[in-house]
Amino acid sequence: MPTKTDTKPEGSTPTREAEPLSIIGKPLMKVDAMAKVVGETMFADDLALPRMLFCKIKRSPHPHARIVKVDTSKAEALPGVVAVLVGAELPIPFGILPVSQDEHALSIDKARFVGDPVAAVAAVDEETAEAALEHIDVDYEVLQSIMTIEEALAKDSEPIHTGELHRGEGSVNGNVHKAVSLEFGDLEEGFAEADVVREDTFFFQGNTHLPMEQHSALASCGADGKMTLWSSTQTPHYVHRAMAKVLEMPPSMVRVIACPNGGGFGGKSDPFNHEIVVAKLAQKTRRPVKVTLTREEVFYCHRGRHPVKMWVKSGIKKDGSITAMHFRSFLDGGAFGSYGIASLYYTGALQTVTYKIPRYKFEGLRVFTNKPPCGPKRGHGTVQPRFAIECHLDKLAEQIKKSPLDVRLDKVIEPFSITANQLRVRTVGLKECLERVAERSEFRNKHGKLPKGRGIGLASSSYLTGAGLPIYWNKLPHSGVQLQLDRGGGVTAFCGSTDIGQGSDSVLAYVVAEELGVEVQDVHVVTADTHLTPVDLGSYSSRVTLMTGNAAIEAARRLKPLLLDQAAEKLQVPVERLAMAHRKIFDRDHPDVSMEFAEAVVLAEARHGTLGSTGSYTPPRSPGRYKGAGVGPSATYSFSACALELEVDPETGMVTIHKIWIAHDVGKSINPLLAIGQIEGSVYMGLGEVLMEEQVFRKGVHKIPSMLDYKSPTFVDMPPVESILIETLDPQGPYGAKECGQGPLLPVIPAVAIAVYDALGVRIDESPVTPDKIVSALEGRLRAVTVPEYDWPPPVDVPPMREESSS
Amino acid sequence: MMRLPPFRYLAPKSAQEAAKMLADHAADEAMPVAGGTDLYPNMKRRQFTPRVLVGLSRVENSRGVSGSSNDGITIGGMTTLTRVEQNELLQTHYPAITTAAALVSAPVLRNMGTLGGNLCIDTRCNYYNQSYEWRKSINFCMKKDGEICWVAPSSKRCWAVSSSDTAPVFIALDAECTLVGPDGERRVPVKSLYEHDGIDFLKKKREEILTEIHVPKVNGRRATYLKLRRRDSIDFPILGVAAAIETAKDGTVEKARIVLTAVESAPVEADKAEAVLVGKKLTEDAIEEAASIAYRPAKPLDNTDLTNAYRKKMARVYVARALRELMRAEP
Amino acid sequence: MAEKQHLHLHVNGEPVDVVAPIHNTLLEVLRENLRLTGTKHGCELGECGTCTVLVDGEPVLSCLALPIELQDAEILTVEGLTEDGKAHPLQIAFAETGAAQCGYCTPGILMAAKSLLEKNPSPARREIEEALAGNLCRCTGYIQILQAIERAAAGDVGKPISV
Repeated sequence: MPTKTDTKPEGSTPTREAEPLSIIGKPLMKVDAMAKVVGETMFADDLALPRMLFCKIKRSPHPHARIVKVDTSKAEALPGVVAVLVGAELPIPFGILPVSQDEHALSIDKARFVGDPVAAVAAVDEETAEAALEHIDVDYEVLQSIMTIEEALAKDSEPIHTGELHRGEGSVNGNVHKAVSLEFGDLEEGFAEADVVREDTFFFQGNTHLPMEQHSALASCGADGKMTLWSSTQTPHYVHRAMAKVLEMPPSMVRVIACPNGGGFGGKSDPFNHEIVVAKLAQKTRRPVKVTLTREEVFYCHRGRHPVKMWVKSGIKKDGSITAMHFRSFLDGGAFGSYGIASLYYTGALQTVTYKIPRYKFEGLRVFTNKPPCGPKRGHGTVQPRFAIECHLDKLAEQIKKSPLDVRLDKVIEPFSITANQLRVRTVGLKECLERVAERSEFRNKHGKLPKGRGIGLASSSYLTGAGLPIYWNKLPHSGVQLQLDRGGGVTAFCGSTDIGQGSDSVLAYVVAEELGVEVQDVHVVTADTHLTPVDLGSYSSRVTLMTGNAAIEAARRLKPLLLDQAAEKLQVPVERLAMAHRKIFDRDHPDVSMEFAEAVVLAEARHGTLGSTGSYTPPRSPGRYKGAGVGPSATYSFSACALELEVDPETGMVTIHKIWIAHDVGKSINPLLAIGQIEGSVYMGLGEVLMEEQVFRKGVHKIPSMLDYKSPTFVDMPPVESILIETLDPQGPYGAKECGQGPLLPVIPAVAIAVYDALGVRIDESPVTPDKIVSALEGRLRAVTVPEYDWPPPVDVPPMREESSS
Repeated sequence: MMRLPPFRYLAPKSAQEAAKMLADHAADEAMPVAGGTDLYPNMKRRQFTPRVLVGLSRVENSRGVSGSSNDGITIGGMTTLTRVEQNELLQTHYPAITTAAALVSAPVLRNMGTLGGNLCIDTRCNYYNQSYEWRKSINFCMKKDGEICWVAPSSKRCWAVSSSDTAPVFIALDAECTLVGPDGERRVPVKSLYEHDGIDFLKKKREEILTEIHVPKVNGRRATYLKLRRRDSIDFPILGVAAAIETAKDGTVEKARIVLTAVESAPVEADKAEAVLVGKKLTEDAIEEAASIAYRPAKPLDNTDLTNAYRKKMARVYVARALRELMRAEP
Repeated sequence: MAEKQHLHLHVNGEPVDVVAPIHNTLLEVLRENLRLTGTKHGCELGECGTCTVLVDGEPVLSCLALPIELQDAEILTVEGLTEDGKAHPLQIAFAETGAAQCGYCTPGILMAAKSLLEKNPSPARREIEEALAGNLCRCTGYIQILQAIERAAAGDVGKPISV
């Protein structure tokens, strides 16, 4: 068995002090809440600069075509048009992953999907820019388009990418982006030990983030030649790198400021062509240039959930224990790499991080198709396999006649253990999550016992609390915080982290205020500005609370002694007895012996000069050393369980969800109000994905690129949700905190499919679970999901870890 | 941001003046606009680019509900869907009308959209309700700028879908409407307003303004409307069923109306099914028989949400449900 | 260039004069001419409710409204919800309950909620859901928004939050 128990929680985070927490754990208002409710918050499109020009982008009307010629002369001659830009002016490729630098700001040789940008205009107003696009003539040579995984795998398929970049191992033709095969332990031995071996296939349809705010970017190139970009981005640091690279500017001359994001969900995590385009246009015109995408264009930016076909085979014993699992995934990646290689590995990474799976094999491939590129959406790459695994487990449980609750409870992974694929797990609150939702939903009394048409479903999941490795290889911290004290008792906290609505600015302020004993309003956060703030890698992989939180704690704890020394001297109290809270430094034993925080600042500044400190955070190294071990590790994992009760109209297939119970192991809630907001939002997004959302194509083009036709649940579609916070006080997290912004999405999706089965006895093994599919299934006409044949590369054989090397 | 194309805006004070303006500016492809909730999105997508807009917001006496259940009622074409939905007279005596009005889109849109606008709403198709650039990528369709009907490529006519929630109800209630032209007005049954053609779906003349809807006295007629859509708000119907019956004292059906919407380019009256019901009592058997006939004229195609086969099947289910609702509402 | 029109509007209690092309929607005039950027846009086609403002107290989609038709009307945007420098109870309640995550749909929802509470000071939850069914939010799952509106309706603004 590769699973070893590591009983020693490591103590790399600052240990918690005995003081009661005065800010952490309280349902405080977010620091930016009032600005948002009065309409003061400036999102990227709300910005305007003197002499600002407006940019519109001309996009390919063909899914796959060679660009023969682009003639911009007519557009350039139009009154009001200041500059026109074509791909040849930005020849350097970029992309979020170092191995997938396959995008150009404007296509040069080929257009790879309908919506792929080919030229851009800067004009005095948006209408003029838009009108000018019609006057740009592009000659295309239309190529065969590839719209499905099967088409991409066909031997004669027209390669979407040519050149060496994507000629990875295991590729039968140019449209396999990457194929991987990993084997952990002797699978055949595992299947031989099983009482039941079962295979299932699933399909998870693609869907998109649909943030309410359309992407927008404003670039300004100053007289000093320095470039500033304001953008609705979740990852200003990565945009900064891409901008410097493509514009061939020293990074020191480029400044990227992430505006508050009007929702991201992963959709604003790539460096985008429109950001580079406005920067180049600003350089060309020496005037500020803004671009704001239309809703339709946001669908073309995409980077959303990959459509994934899956095949899974598991062996299970009558007692419910899994002996081995073999999982295959086929990802439809769209036209570019984006985060795709990470997405691919993620579809195989976290299967082992919920239940004990002693032997595990993963084979996966990602293909290119002529569609907008897929990438990271909330739950990145783990949502699709979680749907498959939980539905598969429900079938296994039925086959061995065990309660789906017990089957899960019995095999919850051990805390502080290492999984078969060598991921180090720390605290695990999954058992408690399962028990709580089962109890609140009365699962045992209801499952299999509700009247026909009513059903209850249960599922669980896990998710990362921040990716263990950065996107490009380096040994640098993942998050940095700099603090500066002012004589009035204010604290300014500088950090590259980006608030996308999840409340990361607030978490930073809470942590600093808690550590230094000031009030939240005394902390001024300056975030997401590559000139002003230390690097934080961005708002993705649920990393910010843990990483920025830990960095902030370190910065504050470096500053504290300077203040406490002065206070100790002034108050004549030993430093060890001093505590800080509510703007005071006081004697723990005689709280009335105290001084103002601001006074201590003044004394410390007089002694030491200007006061400031920095802190940073790097996640612990993961034990896995095999090729592919870089995707999946995390400082710690969150866990969720969901139960939901629904009703299906057996005639129409319409699903009405009556209630959702969700328990989430959040480690420790920094602010329970915000944690619940993240959980409810995740549940909402999961429900949208399982009930109605789908990014679908027809005749090579997005079928429904609008908010009317792409179905996002409304107020009246949302059922009541009971959220239960489980606190496990993880040794890695700040005050014990883990993530809560993505994980709770995961179990909702399979729970719906499972509850539909409980209600009507039909399995819907593909998302979304729509009424037409349910009716077809009831008539026995819903076809099983098929997966392609593929000649997999030989597996990277990873032997079980013998002994846990002491950490 | 998607923006409207430029136009001149005219603000007539009467419907006749509006009709004259529309006639006078025919060369500028002048169009009338009431609430704008249907026209403006279409204009932003360049499905229409009228160089003159004739705004009806200042047309006098075009709003409100008058009359009684004994004499019949008249609803002004410029009455917003919210006002229709909230009108007590309608709620009490013509609940199918308020039900249908309340099922249109979402509250904020119903504050702007008018009843006349809903009856004249452009037919919809997901090959057509797309931006200019999108439509260009499929080389346009017959309804605008192109040659072919993509959802039925061998068809000579356009198959865009009639998407009014209120039209089937008014047809089921044998309502009429007043159309005002430059030279006078005429009154026609609502049913005769529609044509089975996704492009020329309205039989009114281009310059005519729909000013009033007249609903006959209640006369014991019970009606209902059911709507199928994926979400419980915002969405257009992907199937709508209006049903109405009048019964004799003993419960024998004397008149029956079953009208389907969103399954064709015009509302479809299931007259064979209606005939089946007349002379019978509204029993479960009669309902099943009528439903099994009523759904046949539905021709849902792959140009709106969910599959065609499903929508066709649901037409039968929804007709049966609508009739059952009327059965239960037996006086 | 399209013909421009001198418009006399009444926005947030103040008379304002704007010169803008007739075909510019209220959304464009508010954001671009008057720089009242509190009103947001999510689709510009009347499909999401983000641009909701009040016209004579009724919620209206500013992306589908023509200013020329609104010259006699009182237009209220999120900036006008704050009176005498004091935030409206709904605004405070939204901030207190976490109803504004990214905050982008918030102005539109606040305006629709204000109109609802003026007509129905203590709405049932279902009534709130129905009144706001045209306003999409992708962050919250709506629940904390509903709680905020109920909190404002109950006069509980400023009271401790229980989670």
